[in-house]
Parts: sequence; C-alpha cells; structure tokens
Amino acid sequence: MISIQTEDFDVGAEYEALRASGSGTGAVATFSGLVRDSGDLSGVTGLFLEHYPGMTEQVLQGLIDSASQRWDVRKARVIHRVGRLALSDQIVFVGVCSAHRGDAFAACEFIMDALKTSAPFWKKEITGDTEHWVEQKDSDLDRSKAWK
Amino acid sequence: MTDQNLTVRFFARLREELDTESLELPTTPGQTVGGLLSELAARGGPWAQLQGEQPVMAAVNQAMAKPSTPVMPGDEVAFFPPVTGG
Repeated sequence: MISIQTEDFDVGAEYEALRASGSGTGAVATFSGLVRDSGDLSGVTGLFLEHYPGMTEQVLQGLIDSASQRWDVRKARVIHRVGRLALSDQIVFVGVCSAHRGDAFAACEFIMDALKTSAPFWKKEITGDTEHWVEQKDSDLDRSKAWK
Repeated sequence: MTDQNLTVRFFARLREELDTESLELPTTPGQTVGGLLSELAARGGPWAQLQGEQPVMAAVNQAMAKPSTPVMPGDEVAFFPPVTGG
C-alpha cells in the first residue's frame, strides 16, 4: 500500500499492520528517513517537498511489484510526505515483511534506493533566508544501479 | 479543438524558473519528446535551460520517456529536474 500525504505517520502503527500480515511472516524490515540539518547546504531548518501526483503512485507501485518478483514479499508499505517539513520530521517510510530476514532487508533497501532515483519527488532545502532545490547525487544513482 | 492539443507540465525548479505549471500546445505530426523540448527551448530566456547543461527528465502520460518517445494529441507530457525524494 502506498500513501503520499502531508500528515506525519506512526511507525509503531505501521509496524503492527505489517506484523499482522499472516502466520507465514517471520521478518519485518522498516526504514524511516528524516529531515537532516545539512544536505547540499549547511544550517538547513526545513524542507519543502513537491511531487507529481498520479505518476508518483504508479512508480512506487512498480517498485513494490519489482521487489515482489525478486524476493518473498508478503506485504509492503511505502509512505512519503510532501509539503513543508521541519528538522527531524519523518519524510519517508518503507516497510516490508517476508518469511525470512534476508528478503525483508533486501526488498526494503531496494525499494528505498530505487525510490530515490525514480519516484518523482523533489526536495527544496530551506535555511534562514535561502531556498535551494536539492541536486540528484551520483552516490544515489550508484546505489540504485547496483540492484540491476 | 482541445483534444488535438497536448498538455505540458513542469515541476520543481523548472516550474519556478519558467514561472509555468502547465501549457496547452497544438500537436504536430511526428512530434517527439525531444522535438517538443527543442521547440520550447527556442522560446529563449529561461526556456533555453531545457536544452542547457542541467539534465531534464521527461514523462509521457506519467511514465518516464526518452527524447525519441512519440507525443500524440491528448497526451500529458511533463518535464522536470532529476528526482530527489526520500
């Protein structure tokens, strides 16, 4: 299931929902991404996140489908926030449950890495008086390519 | 006729620098994503950046597209900077 939302999310509640995916589930891997004080700029006080409604959901569903073909994925959950976010706010959540930990770890990391380079979201860093659209990183492209 | 037009959308830095969220443009036979990008870049000023040094990504009907992807009447084409979510 995929949610693009301005509201915050509750990792505990998301974990419980994944845990309830059936008696065959033996592992749950989750990742949360937070707003950090330094990125392209230092002294970041917040972010603004924009997305392409419709395409974003299609791309994310495609990533979950790809992960499900490669690994044992019993259930996958992706939440991404948009709009204005403050320091230490939660930005993104990826949770996967599988029979075993290897598949849960791999599918979770794959979805997150692929999201960074293929889902149409754009981040703008805000400092005291400036705004800056974040540039895509070669290191993110390398991580994403490594799954091919 | 509206259904002979295509919609072009811009996101993030491009939306801001072009001061444009979307455009309705007539389609021409044999049009491609690359051709459309050249046509828009020829408007000059901030539009020239569509063929500048910074990479521009494209989607047609909300799926990633290449310069050779054909553009048909009624299509939704989008141009945007490389994505930076997560």
